[in-house]
Formats: sequence, C-alpha cells, structure tokens
Amino acid sequence: MTLSQGILLAIVLAPLAGSLLAGLLGRQIGRVGAHTVTILGVALSCVLSCYVLYQLVWGGAQTYDHNVYTWFEVGRLSASVGFLVDRLTAMMMVVVTFVSLMVHVYTIGYMADDDGYQRFFSYIALFTFSMLMLVMSNNFLQLFFGWEAVGLVSYLLIGFWYKRPTAIYANLKAFMVNRVGDFGFLLGIAAVLFWFGTLDYAQVFQQAGKLEDLSLEVIAGHPWHAATVIGILLFIGAMGKSAQVPLHVWLPDSMEGPTPISALIHAATMVTAGIFMVARMSPLYELSETALSVVLVIGATTALFTGLIGIVQNDIKRVVAYSTLSQLGYMTVALGVSAYSGAVFHLMTHAFFKALLFLGAGSVIIAMHHEQDMRYMGGLRKYMPVTYITMWIGSLALAGMPGFAGFFSKDAIIEAVGASHRWGSGYAYFCVLAGVFVTALYSFRLLYLTFHGKERFTVKAGHGHDAHHDDHHHKPGELAHPPHESPWVVTLPLVMLAIPSLLIGWPTIGPMLFGDYFGRSIVVGEANDVLGELGAEFHGPLAMVLHGFTQWPFWIAFAGFATATYVYLFNPAVADRVKRALKPLYELLAHKYWIDEIYYALFAKGGVRLGRAFWRGGDAAVIDGAIDGSAALVVRTAAALRGLQSGFLYHYAFAMIFGLVLLLAGFWLFGHV
Amino acid sequence: MITLSHYIVLGTILFCLSVAGVFINRKNVIVLLMAIELMLLAVNMNFVAFSRFLGDASGQVFVFFILTVAAAESAIGLAILTLLFRNRSTINVAEIDSMKG
Repeated sequence: MTLSQGILLAIVLAPLAGSLLAGLLGRQIGRVGAHTVTILGVALSCVLSCYVLYQLVWGGAQTYDHNVYTWFEVGRLSASVGFLVDRLTAMMMVVVTFVSLMVHVYTIGYMADDDGYQRFFSYIALFTFSMLMLVMSNNFLQLFFGWEAVGLVSYLLIGFWYKRPTAIYANLKAFMVNRVGDFGFLLGIAAVLFWFGTLDYAQVFQQAGKLEDLSLEVIAGHPWHAATVIGILLFIGAMGKSAQVPLHVWLPDSMEGPTPISALIHAATMVTAGIFMVARMSPLYELSETALSVVLVIGATTALFTGLIGIVQNDIKRVVAYSTLSQLGYMTVALGVSAYSGAVFHLMTHAFFKALLFLGAGSVIIAMHHEQDMRYMGGLRKYMPVTYITMWIGSLALAGMPGFAGFFSKDAIIEAVGASHRWGSGYAYFCVLAGVFVTALYSFRLLYLTFHGKERFTVKAGHGHDAHHDDHHHKPGELAHPPHESPWVVTLPLVMLAIPSLLIGWPTIGPMLFGDYFGRSIVVGEANDVLGELGAEFHGPLAMVLHGFTQWPFWIAFAGFATATYVYLFNPAVADRVKRALKPLYELLAHKYWIDEIYYALFAKGGVRLGRAFWRGGDAAVIDGAIDGSAALVVRTAAALRGLQSGFLYHYAFAMIFGLVLLLAGFWLFGHV
Repeated sequence: MITLSHYIVLGTILFCLSVAGVFINRKNVIVLLMAIELMLLAVNMNFVAFSRFLGDASGQVFVFFILTVAAAESAIGLAILTLLFRNRSTINVAEIDSMKG
C-alpha cells in the first residue's frame, strides 16, 4: 500500500489554486468569493493531510519518496520537485493545514473591515502552499525554495499595512535578518552538495557515514569536521528562520502584521521550520557533537533571555511574541540534546496553544478596537467569556500545567536536558528550569492584566454609532462603546484550537516520544538517546501527569503563577515598587538588552559608513578619477592641439609645403622612392 | 643655346614665386588665387620642357588637362571669392580665419 501521488499533489496545489484565484481575480469574485475559494482549498488540503496521516499510521502505508518533476539538470546536479512523506512530514502537514484552516476562518472576522481582504487571503493561502512545499520536500533545493517562499510571504504579510512606516521597517528588518540566516543555510546546502554530490535527502543520509573522515579548514590550520561544518551552517539558517539568539530581533517586530499572521506564521508554523529542518537532518547532526552543543547553547540562551523580556512588555501581542521566542528556544534545546522527537512534539503542541493565544489576543484586540496596550485593559472576562476561557487554556498549556498539552512536551524536554551529558547541558538545564518560572510569570501576568482586575479603559457614553469610527485612538484606553465578545468566526477557531491544546498530549506522547512513531525519519545515535533513557521510566500519560505534580518544573511554574497572582491581581502596587527597586534590570529588559541598538550602530550604521567609504574612496576617487581623468586628458590634449588650427590659409599651405620638403628630404637622404 | 636646365630653372623660379605669393601675401585672396595659378603654370613649364626633351607627347597632353582643370578651378575659386566678399565684405586674407579651432 503506497500513498497516491495525486493526493499529495492535491494537498500542495489546492491552497495554491485558492491563492491564485483570490489574488488574481479578487476583484471579480469579491470578498465572499475570496475567502470561500481559499478556505475550500486549505480545507481540502487539511482533510487529505489527515487522510495521509491515517494511511501512514494505521493504514500501513509505506513512506513515499519520489520525484514528480525534474526542474533542471546542471552537470551532475539534478534538481527535482519531489515529495518525501513519512510520519514526521504527515504530522507537520496536519498541523500546518489545520492551524492554517483555523486562521483562515478567524480572518473572516478579524479582517472584516479591511480593504486588503482578498489580498490577505491570497497571501495566507500562498503561505500554506509554501509551507507544505517546505515540509514535504525530498531534497535540499526544494526545501530551500519553500524556505524562501515562506520568508517572502512573511515579508509581505508583516508589511501588509504598507502605509504604516513601522510595518515597512519591521518587514524590512525581518527580511534582512533572515538573509543573514539564509546565507549560512545556503552555504550549508552547498557543503552538502560539495561532499555528497547530490541534494536528495535519501541519498545524502545513506552516505552520511562518509562524513566521519572528511574535514575542512575553515580557518587555515584548524581542520573542522565536515559534519560540524554542515550542521552549524544549516543551523545558522534555522537561527534566522526560527528566530534564535542572536538573529531573534526580527520576530518581535513582526507583530506589526495583522494578528492572524502572527498566529499562523510567526508562532505556529513558519518559525518552526528551522526546528523541523534540524529534526529532518538528524542523521547528519548525530555525527557532530560540536554542532549539537552549539544548537544546545543557543537554544538555551534563547529560551531564558527572550522570555525575560516578555515580562516587561505591555503590548499584548509582544508578550506572546516573546513567549514564542522562548518556546522556540525550548525546541532548539531539545534538538541540542538529540531529543529530536521531543522538539517536534513540542513544535506540535506549541503550534496549537500558541496559535490559540495569538488568536485570543487578536480577539481581545478586536474587542478593544485595536488597542493593544494591556495597561488599558483589565476586567474583560465578563465581556468575552469564550476568549477568556480559551486564553486560560492556552496559558495553562504554555505554562506547563500537568495534563495540558504543553506539559507533556515541555516536561519531556526538561527531563531530556537533565539526562543529557552533552557539553553545555548543565547551562541549558538551568536555563530551561528558570524559563519555566519566567513563562508562568508572563503568561499569568498577561491573563491578569487583560481579563482580571479593574477595568482600566473608559467607555465614552452618548456617542452616536456613526461617530465612533472617526473617534478611534483619540486617547488610549477610551472606547466608543463597551467591549463585546467576538463573532463566531473568531471564537470557533479559538475553541477548535483549545481542544488540542487541552488534550493532544494524552494520546500522542507515548508513541511520539517513547514509541516508534517516527520510525526511521528521525535518527538518534545509541549513546545520545536521552529519550530512550526516559522511556524506561515512562508508564503512560496518567502516571506522567501524577508524577509531574511532584517534580521541580511544576513547583517552579507554580511559583511563577503565585508571583504573578500576588503582584498583578492582589497588590498591583508591588509591580511599580519592584520596577523602581530593580531599575537597571528593568531598563535592560525594557530595551531588550540593547541588541537592536547594537545592531543598528554596528551593522546598519557600519554598513552605511562602509558604503560611504566605498563611495568616497572607491567610486568617487578611483573609478570616477580614472574615467574623469582620461576625459580630462583628452580635453587637455585637444586644447593643446587646437592651437595649430589658426584658420589662416597660408599657415596650412606652409604646413603642406613644409611636409613636402620633409618628405623629399627623406627620399633624398635615405634613397627610397 | 637654351638647354633643359634653363627651362627647369625658370619653372623653379616660377614655383618659388608662387609659394612666396601664397606665404607672404596677407592682403588679398585674389593674389592667392593668382599664386596658385602660377604654381600650376610652373608645373606646366616642367611638363612641356621634359616632353620636348624626351620626345614624348604625353607630357603636353597633361598640360592641356591641367590648363583645363586650372581654368575650371579658377572659375570656381572666383565664384567662392565673390560669395565670400558678399558675406564678409572683405577679401583680406588675415581677416578670414573662421576655421580657427
């Protein structure tokens, strides 16, 4: 029993068809037409993905690995479009299409009065296509295609409101920071091609063993292990896409885009592409302890230090954004300790609850008439019960409350880090444990500031309904009419995402983490198999949940919860006092460690200065000097020569005669005729 | 007895006179034209002398051609001169320098 190529093609092409229809014929088919075609396309894709997953897991289907189209051939390199669909891919496909479908439905409500409605639907369907191309690829080149295509759509969507200067700045920033990562990624792919002579996954992994004896002198005199070079270069790409320190700066700014995008692209799917890629490349990463240690340390740093920034943010979306950074750090840490399936498992649970949190935040933003500052919220729970409850579920899952989806994945990662002996795992263990406290703190801070406590907004009464549209944002925290629950197209996705956030961990943890769900798609060396070690102590999800209550992570998270509860619910004055007491620390976090400023001073200004130096020194002095100089030389020579042109006939005649005499004299002297 | 060298010397004298006419004359374009005619006649003199001396008639045929062309040339030269005078109101060679670079 094999998967049919037709179904796989339909999965990929259905969203593309929807995107093209909505994008090119948006004016003709109208708003309803645009969201209908794209939702139908993505829904078809989602249903078929579920079918593929079903076939692979229960139907006994074999892994599908075939090329469907030859793109081009250059010398030995044959670039194909092909699909590798195993259980890892199938899981990603279901997650991507499901979250995408939910976001499509949600968008109907969120973008209801936006002029770019059709354009938006076209972009997100295009994103779904690109992401599917990325995860279903069976070779590095198609992976790179998908990688860049999702980057492009991300760029387009961050700058969706292209009249806002901040949005343009943010999308440019995202694009440029991603270029840095892509530079490494492309070099990594080139290294793969250099050593293996092929870009096909299966062929590369088959020959992976031969990397053992190869090395490359990146710095003269210091040979680097080939697997380390490939691993680190590819991971630089993942750092850009999955926003790891120090290339994380673009993700918080990407919140300039509409909220559905933040949920779909910048939380649930695209930013996890790096995690997926490293998990997919596990046969290569397993060969290099060094590369994995780099992954581990960078992931741990991201997990803790970006989470800390989340505590001091006031913009509701930015809090969730920093929590995304932190959770991506957790996934990267899991990759770093060779717990690839743990990373992918966390990727899946995170996709659900983080999409939920973002969409919930979006729902709040709708209710607050596009006010995003939590200082002007509070007490919203009685206005929007569905959003309130689903946000609680999402936050509990994020904080790792035993029983919720996030608990299973996060706890497994923490334990895997604890069990690992890799260089850097001690530091990583500290970071992920401290990160638990931080996560709980900012999650509950967000909930309390938004839904609990006093209402910090005022409703301006006595306004006609028509007037309020012109009245937006006159004063922060001033609403034209009271907040209300969002329409069903918004709440339905919230509920649909809350269900997996609550339950998905129970049935999946056994097979995915400790069973053989992933089979041969993820390779872990004998000595590195920390999850295998943990698996020996795993006695079903219920036992894990009960055990979870007695473990450190739970109590650390509880401490975070208690702190947040005390500070933000019962005694808000404490927050200000702490802020004043720890002013340097607060400043450090509020300015995001001044990383943006440093980059700006170093790279942006440095780039401008370098450019100016080249302009002044290279262009103006050397190139212009050479060109202008030769022109000036011609002018000067001509000026000297024009003196000969007196205009008097007798001068010319004299020249002729003189020349004749010279010629004759020459003949006479040398005797030639 | 008049020998060939007498003719050649006469031709040379005529040629030198005409060259001097071209160089030294600063006043009058008409003199310039006359000097050029004289130069051609000096050449004709050489042709005739050598033709006679070598007993070859083709030199005299050349003279006919040169005289014809010289007549046409002076007709055109005088026509240009007339136009020049109409436009510039002068035939002073020292003033005609519109070709100056």
